[in-house]
Amino acid sequence: MAEKSKDSPGPADVSRRGLIKQVGLAGVGAAISNSNVAPAAAAEVPPAPRREALETLNATEADTLDAIVARLIPTDENGPGATEARAAFYIDHALAGPLRALRGTYAAGLAAMDEYALASKGASFAKLSAANQDAVLSDMEKNAAPGFSPNSVAFFNLLRSHTIEGTFSDPYYGGNANFVGWHLISYPGIRMGVTANDQRMNPKPEPILKSAYDDPMFTRNGGGDHGH
Amino acid sequence: MATELKKTDVVIVGLGAAGGVAALPLARAGMDVIGIEAGAWLSTRDFPPDEVRNNIRGWPQSVQKANSEVPTHRPNASAPYSPRPAIHPMMNAVGGTSLHYWAQSWRLNPWDFKVVSETARTSGASRIPKGSTVEDWPFGLEELEPYYDIVEHEVGVSGQAGNIGGRIDQRGNIFEGPRRRDYPMPPLRGTEFTEMMAGAARRLGWHAFPGPAAINSRSYEDRPGCFYHGYCARGGCPINAKNSTAVSTIPKAQATGRLKIVAQAVVTSVDVDQRTGRVSGVTYVKGGQEYFQPADVVLIAGYTYENARLLLLSKSRAFPNGLANNAGQVGRHYFSHFQTMSVSALFPFDLNNWYGLPAQGVGVDNWADNNFDHAGLDFIGGGNLWIYSDRRPIGAANMNVFGKAPGWGSAWKSFVKANADRWNTAYIQKTTLPYEDNYLDLDPTEKDALGFPVIRITAEYKDNERKMGAFVQDKMVEWYREAGAIGVEKLPVGTMGPSTHAYGGTRMGDNRETNVVNRFGFAHEVPNLGILGASVMGTSGARNPTLTAQALAWRTAEHLVKNWKAITAGNSSSR
Repeated sequence: MAEKSKDSPGPADVSRRGLIKQVGLAGVGAAISNSNVAPAAAAEVPPAPRREALETLNATEADTLDAIVARLIPTDENGPGATEARAAFYIDHALAGPLRALRGTYAAGLAAMDEYALASKGASFAKLSAANQDAVLSDMEKNAAPGFSPNSVAFFNLLRSHTIEGTFSDPYYGGNANFVGWHLISYPGIRMGVTANDQRMNPKPEPILKSAYDDPMFTRNGGGDHGH
Repeated sequence: MATELKKTDVVIVGLGAAGGVAALPLARAGMDVIGIEAGAWLSTRDFPPDEVRNNIRGWPQSVQKANSEVPTHRPNASAPYSPRPAIHPMMNAVGGTSLHYWAQSWRLNPWDFKVVSETARTSGASRIPKGSTVEDWPFGLEELEPYYDIVEHEVGVSGQAGNIGGRIDQRGNIFEGPRRRDYPMPPLRGTEFTEMMAGAARRLGWHAFPGPAAINSRSYEDRPGCFYHGYCARGGCPINAKNSTAVSTIPKAQATGRLKIVAQAVVTSVDVDQRTGRVSGVTYVKGGQEYFQPADVVLIAGYTYENARLLLLSKSRAFPNGLANNAGQVGRHYFSHFQTMSVSALFPFDLNNWYGLPAQGVGVDNWADNNFDHAGLDFIGGGNLWIYSDRRPIGAANMNVFGKAPGWGSAWKSFVKANADRWNTAYIQKTTLPYEDNYLDLDPTEKDALGFPVIRITAEYKDNERKMGAFVQDKMVEWYREAGAIGVEKLPVGTMGPSTHAYGGTRMGDNRETNVVNRFGFAHEVPNLGILGASVMGTSGARNPTLTAQALAWRTAEHLVKNWKAITAGNSSSR
């Protein structure tokens, strides 16, 4: 998740003793007084590895989903797609949380896709060529793929909706990484205060790249004087 | 066993758009009012500019009673059920859906109150569609005008008058009925896109004007003007520039010291004194506990579906088929506003519709109501055409491809990259009539979280709607073409599933055999039971219902204040 837990380990939590060992007494004052930056220490402490647990999908399901989103919104001459936006990451997190009611639908649907891929193209979906993957998705879209409940087009539409959400949502939710989705459609970004000029067709306003939750008012402990 | 609480003067069930307004005149008159609301208080911190929260997931931050009671739908009694939406279009909170609505705050036009008599006069009585149960309202616009005026000022509505005391102002809607004075605030500003559309309408000889909104166009009563950030279509306003009842009439009522709010409480029945046949109070559940709140008068102010449901669930010896339903009218004369059969357009240039709000737009009323000559046409009524600036990223990417691209893959991506900001969909609200076989009842199988049946909608659009819809759709195509659209697509008629504009079920009228409430909003069969909301409306007009529901709510409350003794005289002295 984009949010950072208060007590998660990281460079800022390096102990005073550790700092003394690393940078020597002369550097301690500067490092502690500005411990979030700690330039001297930062060189010594490796950045925390990017941890990406699968929250609810299993590894095979995740491989299939990665392959699906890569075909629905491909990486191509128009730039990054759903893969770079991390749409599959968004979907895994959503299925573990707010969309947990659909977890079973994904389990059944992804399994049905692999079975159909195997039966019609000879390999699981993730192992097919891009052209064959597109053929499977196209059959689903035309509601011509058997083995789905209630039918293949319903699962196709669900995948498409969630892939679009994961590509174009506020990055807080784990998708639209590096704002690749908003960049693709030239969304000029969230503005808490839009002038008449900002609503002119030409020239359009300069893009602002930030999440709604970069505004402390909307964060868990933010605001203070905004409440009732 | 329910815990019995101390008696109060008035209980209001639901503190949304209607209940939140009615509380104010009652509290100002010195009545002790208890407002019972299923939702919680929300604050500006709960209203981030977040499309996933507002538009995709339906407010997961608020425990939504509504989401466990989404009505089922079937087109007619022999048709299969339609797919049931996961999320209710309305929300629970203090302020109700007035927190996240579009806030378009229209008065109905004069014709909407007199559809039967005016149709008979201009076209002959035979032009009322077969099977329609439409009646004239028990009064005309002139009766409601003072209450529209009060609510426009107490809630705060911006707009441009088109008819002050019969003097037509070309800047406003020239088809509106006379009003006593101007709106308290000027209209929301236009955008380059809406101005472009207004210009195209004028070239066609049509009248284009800005619409009314319960949104501040400048600071009003210590709340700031709109900042047009683009996240208030199904989103709350983080600066309180949208005038939900939670920031307007409810705080004013609280300031009197007479309004007590019981939030996160679900009313399960309106109870009847079997000796008098009058209501004695309500039973509600809060925190797993059941309470009985006695009251001299009960005002039901849930949404249309909930008003009918609560009555149908409140069975007693005196009312074996549900409260106020001995004439069998609860749930009848139901209709949801005909807003489908819209039109989408594709332009060859960017529109910059990324900011703004649905109420920031331009309207054309030339093809609404009876504002045009129906000679040679085989329908009555019409539609208001409304164009507005409102776009968010997920919605933009989900755009119609106008037959010019596939629905996914590289070709789709290329199309969306070029066109995400080049499309627009009109909002076309149209005359909708009640019919004999369109109605609400209790679903025989589906239950809510407490185990009570949900509402079942049985409704479908009829010939009049379809013919009129096609006519109005062609007008919208003409408008888009005039403005330079290179692609237009007529959207389908769709179904009449759960709607934000649901009317009827407890209709208002003088005839107690065909209406649940009298001309003041009190039940014919239960004198100390009032009903608030669009469920009392017998026609829709071609514009959003909220201001009319609020004006009616104020009028019902004022009637109660003025007639307290007569309304409560027959109550049992003790329960």
